[in-house]
Amino acid sequence: MVAIIKKQSDLVLLLCFAAAVLAGPVILQPFGAGYPDLLQKFAIFGIFAIGFNILFGLTGYLSFGHAAFLGIGSYTAVWTFKLLSMNPLPAVLLATLLGGLFAALIGFISLRRTGIYFSILTLAFAQMSYNLAYSVLTPITNGETGLQLRQADPRVLDVAFGRDYGAVLPSSDLFGIDMTGYPGFYFCAAVLILCFYISMRIFRSPFGMMLRAVKSNQNRMNYTGLNTRPYALAAFVISGMYAGLAGGLLAVTDPLAGAERMQWTASGEVVLMTILGGTGTLLGPVIGAGAIKYFENIFSAFNENILLNTFSFLPETLQHAVVSVASLFVGEGWHLTLGALFMVIVIFLPGGLMEGVRRFGVLFKRKADSDGPTETQPASAE
Amino acid sequence: MANFTKVSRRSLLRGAAAATTALAAPTIFTSKAWAAGYTNEPKGSTVTLGFNVPQTGAYADEGADELRAYQLAVEHINGEGDGGMLNTFSSKALTGAGVNGKKVVFVTGDTQTKSDAARASAKRMIEKDGAVMITGGSSSGVAIAVQGLCQDAGVIFMAGLTHSNDTTGKDKRANGFRHFFNTEMTGAALAPVLKNNFGTERNAYHLTADYTWGWSQEGSIKKYTEQLGWNTAAAVRTPLGAGDFSQYITPVLNSGADTLVLNHYGRDMVNSLTQAVQFGLRDKQVNGKDFAIVVPLYSRLMAQGAGENVKGIFGSTNWHWSLQDEGSKAFVKSFGQKYGFPPSQAAHTTYCQALLYADAAQRAGTFRPSGVGKSLEGFKFDGLGNGPTEYRAEDHQCFKDVLVVKGKENPSSKFDVLEVVEVTPRAQVEYPASLLGGELGPYNDGA
Repeated sequence: MVAIIKKQSDLVLLLCFAAAVLAGPVILQPFGAGYPDLLQKFAIFGIFAIGFNILFGLTGYLSFGHAAFLGIGSYTAVWTFKLLSMNPLPAVLLATLLGGLFAALIGFISLRRTGIYFSILTLAFAQMSYNLAYSVLTPITNGETGLQLRQADPRVLDVAFGRDYGAVLPSSDLFGIDMTGYPGFYFCAAVLILCFYISMRIFRSPFGMMLRAVKSNQNRMNYTGLNTRPYALAAFVISGMYAGLAGGLLAVTDPLAGAERMQWTASGEVVLMTILGGTGTLLGPVIGAGAIKYFENIFSAFNENILLNTFSFLPETLQHAVVSVASLFVGEGWHLTLGALFMVIVIFLPGGLMEGVRRFGVLFKRKADSDGPTETQPASAE
Repeated sequence: MANFTKVSRRSLLRGAAAATTALAAPTIFTSKAWAAGYTNEPKGSTVTLGFNVPQTGAYADEGADELRAYQLAVEHINGEGDGGMLNTFSSKALTGAGVNGKKVVFVTGDTQTKSDAARASAKRMIEKDGAVMITGGSSSGVAIAVQGLCQDAGVIFMAGLTHSNDTTGKDKRANGFRHFFNTEMTGAALAPVLKNNFGTERNAYHLTADYTWGWSQEGSIKKYTEQLGWNTAAAVRTPLGAGDFSQYITPVLNSGADTLVLNHYGRDMVNSLTQAVQFGLRDKQVNGKDFAIVVPLYSRLMAQGAGENVKGIFGSTNWHWSLQDEGSKAFVKSFGQKYGFPPSQAAHTTYCQALLYADAAQRAGTFRPSGVGKSLEGFKFDGLGNGPTEYRAEDHQCFKDVLVVKGKENPSSKFDVLEVVEVTPRAQVEYPASLLGGELGPYNDGA
């Protein structure tokens, strides 16, 4: 009985999630975020964070090098565009596979340690990848300038199918649908929903239970004679594939791959996203990713003119005082705002934004319950 | 683990249904996406320009100065302030009443000197704010990345401070235009001065910022100094924004080189030059010659940052505030009145770019990229501080005189740090467009 209820609530959650994602352009319009590029970033970094959460949220292994897989995915996708075809499907597929492959390699070594040593090992690998991409492997990655498409690229599959892009630089297209703008967003959104569904299945599966057990007490698991490393490695590879997929999608919507995608700041960003949204919850990472990308793109663009307009209802002296204070927190000061927000959330809502939602829900529920007959229900995992 | 792979038929159907809905949805939105005749055709009484500059990172100082210049240019185009170089500009199409009867407004963004961030910021300006032109960027890597984006999106890109040959060479695009000079011109202008001061038997050691501009600069300087008879001892690549260059400078002492070429810019150059001087390189004698340092691309901001250390060091620059032509004087005056200090070469080139775009759009009578582009192609003008200048049609690169400068021995103020050694005439730095390769391709107006 309980299982059926749970299945139904999962279905409702999935449908609501899908509806919210697909209606994104309409919902986010009033916030100034309803334009294709940012929507694509929401979806892509949502995928990245969901994947990271499978590792960090379930097993508790804090990887500080996930950006390496993001970068590998991007480079793979751009090379697929250059060599095979401008169709995003092979690019995304290969990006996912290669992300998984590198995750298997790095995970195999890093997972020999736990805790801070694991984090440092992954950080070291990511930094190595970054430096390789930045200077050593310049013929493959084109260094700081970034890997770009050229008109003269071979694109053997496109040529084989008689596809001719003429004298202009091609952009990726899914059987004729251009992957920039809104169609690009809907492609990413579809992948996001699929990824969310897979993540949900993992959370509910015995495998997910095993991963949670790894998080709660790995020693005890080992004493019972169970080897936990294959489970942790599987989680690491899955999250690496998610990261590779996200990197591939970044290249699909904008065919350019740069080394800075692998920098440690990018690795740190996904940790922030997951913690901000709520570690170990299904929806949290997506919300965290959205929040951070929103700050990065919208807050950073506020300049003094916009602020002066916003506060134009105030008397002039007060207006200038308010603007001069507020301008510290917008524009190039967006990191400051983000840092303050992060501190507030970690201190008051250790479970991230999702804990806030849950607390709000509990408050609401109590009110409703006091009217009708009480029926105790276990709090859901989110 | 086995159970995890078990997906029931029902859940598979559900997943498939969700995916189908997701794939079907885009058709609702695509139809109305780009309905205008060209990307972001301005419909109201204003036209929006996008200023994309580094506000954080190694080139933040340049970015801040660029933004100041853009704001000044917008004021002058809209008829506020004293008009600056509009009064000395040889084209009189702009009258201070905006462009094509529309008031110019602008949006800004932070490139962070990273290609990804710069493209995200440019996309926001194009997709959300409706910018019809993007300009800015202090870094050739960023400029090339954003130029490619603008070509795809169908807006004009007016490059800011970008000095790599590739911007209007290998990676040139029809929608992109550059007023700034490039490393080929620096090499051609600098070589004779180096010959006169250091002779023809030198052993040069290059430290190079590891990205498109550094490579380009290193290539050009090597090419021209080796023609003089110089030898290149080594060329070492340093990461952009390295901060500490001591590990790169120590080997120079033992390499037998007698000349150090610093292919660095911005804070990188300030740090590497300062450390090279601290290591005592300039007091050394190698092969019976005084050790020399050359900084091929100079700017007043950098010279100021490096302080005492720049005295007597040669380099080239696009423009300097102490120039005495009418255009430069007018620009320095109105910039100084607004901000209280003289503009840098970054400010100058971006101010010119904003004015040149506005003027071209006014003469074309439209903001359509192909229209604006056509009126910029082969456009000859004067009065913008560089003497007679031409936007070459073949590669959308400006050709003008190049300044060779030297760190001043006795500066009279903290801004008076460079002196002009030679003005190399345009004819001497000009090269055929085919030399650098690349293809412009057709204009893209979007749709």
